[in-house]
Amino acid sequence: MLTGLLIIFPLIASLLLFVMKGEGAKKAVLGFSIIEFAMSIYAYVTFKADAASKMLYLNCTWVESLGIKFSVGLDGISLLLVLLTTFLVPLIILSSFKTTYEKPNAFYGLILLMQSALVGVFTANDGFLFYVFWELALIPIYFICLLWGGENRGKITFKFFVYTLFGSLFMLIGLIFLYNHTGEVKSWNVNDLYAAGRSLTEAQQTFVFWMMFLAFAIKMPIFPLHTWQPDTYVVAPTQGTMLLSGIMLKMGTFGLIKWLLPVVPLALAKWGGLAVTLSVIGIIYASCIAIVQKDYKRLIAYSSIAHVGLIAAGILSATQQGVQGAVIQMLSHGINVVGLFLIADILMRHTGTREIDKLGGIRNMNGQFGVLFLIIMLGSVALPLTNGFVGEFLLLTGVYQYSHMFAAIAGLSVILGAVYMLRSYQGIMLGEKKDSLGTFGSLAESDKIVLLIVCAAIIGFGVYPKPLNDLAEPAVKALLQNLK
Amino acid sequence: MKGLCIIGGLGVLAMMAEVFKFKKWLYPIVLIGVLGAYVANFIEWTQLADGQTGSFLDHVFFKFNNMIRFDNVSLAFSGVIIITAFFWFIMSNDYFSNETSVVDHFSLVLFALTGALMLTAFTNMTTLFLGIEILSIPMYVLAASKKGDVKSNEAGFKYLIMGSLASAFLLFGIALIYGATGSFDLMQIRSVISAGNLPVFFYAGVIMMLVAMLFKVSAAPFHFWAPDVYEGSPTVITALMSTVVKTAAFAAFMRLFLVTFGGVNETWGMVMAIVIALSLFISNITAASQNSVKRMLAYSSISHAAFMLMAILANAPGLTSVKVILYYSLAYSIGSIASFTVLYQVSKKGDESYHAFNGLAKRNPMIALGMLISMLSLAGIPVTAGFFAKYYVFSALIATSYKWLLILAVLTSCVGVYYYFKVIIAMYFKKPETEEPVQFELGHALLLGITAMVTLVLGLMPDLIIRML
Repeated sequence: MLTGLLIIFPLIASLLLFVMKGEGAKKAVLGFSIIEFAMSIYAYVTFKADAASKMLYLNCTWVESLGIKFSVGLDGISLLLVLLTTFLVPLIILSSFKTTYEKPNAFYGLILLMQSALVGVFTANDGFLFYVFWELALIPIYFICLLWGGENRGKITFKFFVYTLFGSLFMLIGLIFLYNHTGEVKSWNVNDLYAAGRSLTEAQQTFVFWMMFLAFAIKMPIFPLHTWQPDTYVVAPTQGTMLLSGIMLKMGTFGLIKWLLPVVPLALAKWGGLAVTLSVIGIIYASCIAIVQKDYKRLIAYSSIAHVGLIAAGILSATQQGVQGAVIQMLSHGINVVGLFLIADILMRHTGTREIDKLGGIRNMNGQFGVLFLIIMLGSVALPLTNGFVGEFLLLTGVYQYSHMFAAIAGLSVILGAVYMLRSYQGIMLGEKKDSLGTFGSLAESDKIVLLIVCAAIIGFGVYPKPLNDLAEPAVKALLQNLK
Repeated sequence: MKGLCIIGGLGVLAMMAEVFKFKKWLYPIVLIGVLGAYVANFIEWTQLADGQTGSFLDHVFFKFNNMIRFDNVSLAFSGVIIITAFFWFIMSNDYFSNETSVVDHFSLVLFALTGALMLTAFTNMTTLFLGIEILSIPMYVLAASKKGDVKSNEAGFKYLIMGSLASAFLLFGIALIYGATGSFDLMQIRSVISAGNLPVFFYAGVIMMLVAMLFKVSAAPFHFWAPDVYEGSPTVITALMSTVVKTAAFAAFMRLFLVTFGGVNETWGMVMAIVIALSLFISNITAASQNSVKRMLAYSSISHAAFMLMAILANAPGLTSVKVILYYSLAYSIGSIASFTVLYQVSKKGDESYHAFNGLAKRNPMIALGMLISMLSLAGIPVTAGFFAKYYVFSALIATSYKWLLILAVLTSCVGVYYYFKVIIAMYFKKPETEEPVQFELGHALLLGITAMVTLVLGLMPDLIIRML
């Protein structure tokens, strides 16, 4: 019930926004998103009290002739991701207050629509429903990028759309194949699909593995299917990029955890190595490219690929620490990357450029900004006492149990990450102010609030990650049982 | 049956309008008549309900010496055809405004509809041939009905020649089958087939009939007439061709190949698979490179025909294939009517390329939204009717031995997204030539709203249609 409400509420709110006039849109959408966050906190409380509570599950028939049910529910991992979504969306909306967008009601309506689809992806317990929400999440972001993006966005967003759709269609084939093998009475229920997957032969499991992996690999992205990502992130409006990297890419990693790992254990044992290799190559490759980037937004985009590579490697190691670390890192990365993209946006607004060469010495002009930027940057570098460290440490432990060599290579990501993050910070904030730069001015209230909240989350969860681990650990343990 | 009679009667009535001078009243009369035919059809269908699923051997429904049969399936398809025709009449009101030829137009369209309805209900080769001819001959004339336009004349002529060739194949095929089985009646042919021991020329007859029907649904490699005919005909006639004619042809195809020739699957199975693969490949690649939206829609209709053929190929047990084709033809017809409505108004000045759609979202936001929904449906994006249509075809096909077709279908769906999204991008992203909104009558705008809603409702609750049979 509550979960269904978490999906329907943003949908209705977005429809209201579409018919609203422009002026009150900002306040209205902020209000809606905070209500949604409050509802998800209530769901958290309910879950802590009783994980099997009826309030959290919804199961009704949708298309009877095809055995499709509207079945949604929460477990530890989905609850964490839903909390991430509902936590980030108000921050994303708040970060847009200083930018004037044409037709704001449509813009915010699309953001809420996307939130609805994202919550649906994370909570779907029915394979077909998962697919529908997966596809639905693509449409609002496509329009956000197309209508409010930067130059040359027509081609770039179209490439993004078709690339992702291509992957999703293969995932659909994999899901249909599993559905056909669920036995006498066919069912789309996630547990039945798990059982179906385990009953397949190795060749069949390999087929399903690659069909589904393709979709998730494109979404995350994993090398070499990443070529759509940097251009799309750069050309999208800041809030679009935040949605893409903060939440949407978690769809891919979540899919790996829930819809791939427990389904095809034999194929995972055989082909997991190749997948981990690709992920680790992606980490090194993306980190190296990030080091030479001039545009800060593009640099963050490449760093995103690097971080996701490590998350994917952790998941594919199929160890308790690896998967748990992946879940924690998903949350940390989401929060950190939203902070980083806001910083890129602030730089653009206050100085007119995001090029690191043209910036410098901003710390002298605005010390507050310097401190906040530093904290977020260190969170991304995974310094101990930041949330990034918790996830990264668990991930490396998991990958180490899988293969010492991969762990060593993946560990390089920490070093390379420090290189590009620290270097860019130095180039932007420290040193001499360039003459071409004007005054920086002070931060707007809305920006300050978002940055403060992000920093608080970074340090808070870095020092006390226990609530996150408490939710993630039992869920991951239960999931990995399926692999035995 | 009642629907067929009413439509036929309307056609005759339309011809009388010239003599008895009530041409001005003809349009409202026809609209009400078609709606009445739909209601009659629906009532007849409800009277069938509860257990009378109409197995093919059930004699209760036969009429006219076992030549025609209005059971559950044919009434469902008739309903789809009549409601599509009703929407079509609303869409093309200014096609019927020319005083001199309005009577001809009305009667031809209504007679074509009669033929279409016959095709949903035939049980005899004679009725099949009658239905095809009654459907096709008015369409030949209608394709050429833009007098003075060279392209229209060319379209009509090409359609006539190719269509007559197809009918010749059909007749020859029917003759061969008659020679082999000794009967025109579908049921008797079916029992002769199951008895086995058929002469070689029977199979030749089956293939000839297959070729003829593939002509009619414009599947590759028998599709060469379609783009030129679709482009040259007046836009409303193209809309009629790609919706009503296709639905009727598929209803006929289905009854012929799933029921009658179901036993000789091996003969026509591989041929159809290759035809489908060719159609998917050729139509999508060519549609992607078109500059004219009308021509793009023509090629994409070939692709949709290939999908419906896949449903027939899958030959799923029970009535599943039939349900899939019903749902697909409804989703496709509704989406087509919507897109042709918008195309017709937007390209009034003669520009049928994608540029005509530039900036439509700024000029007519509601119209652009309607077009957006129909494009999403035709491309197969959730939660529109088109998505479930494609999904049903995929799930029917995955259980067969033609899995390679499934991969090809998925890949070509992606190509399809490309050319449908070109329209969406033009509407929402490109700058408009002029700022003024395109003229849209209230009737058309309402039609667009209704089709958009139907598309979304069917996309959320496909069971409404699937449960009908």
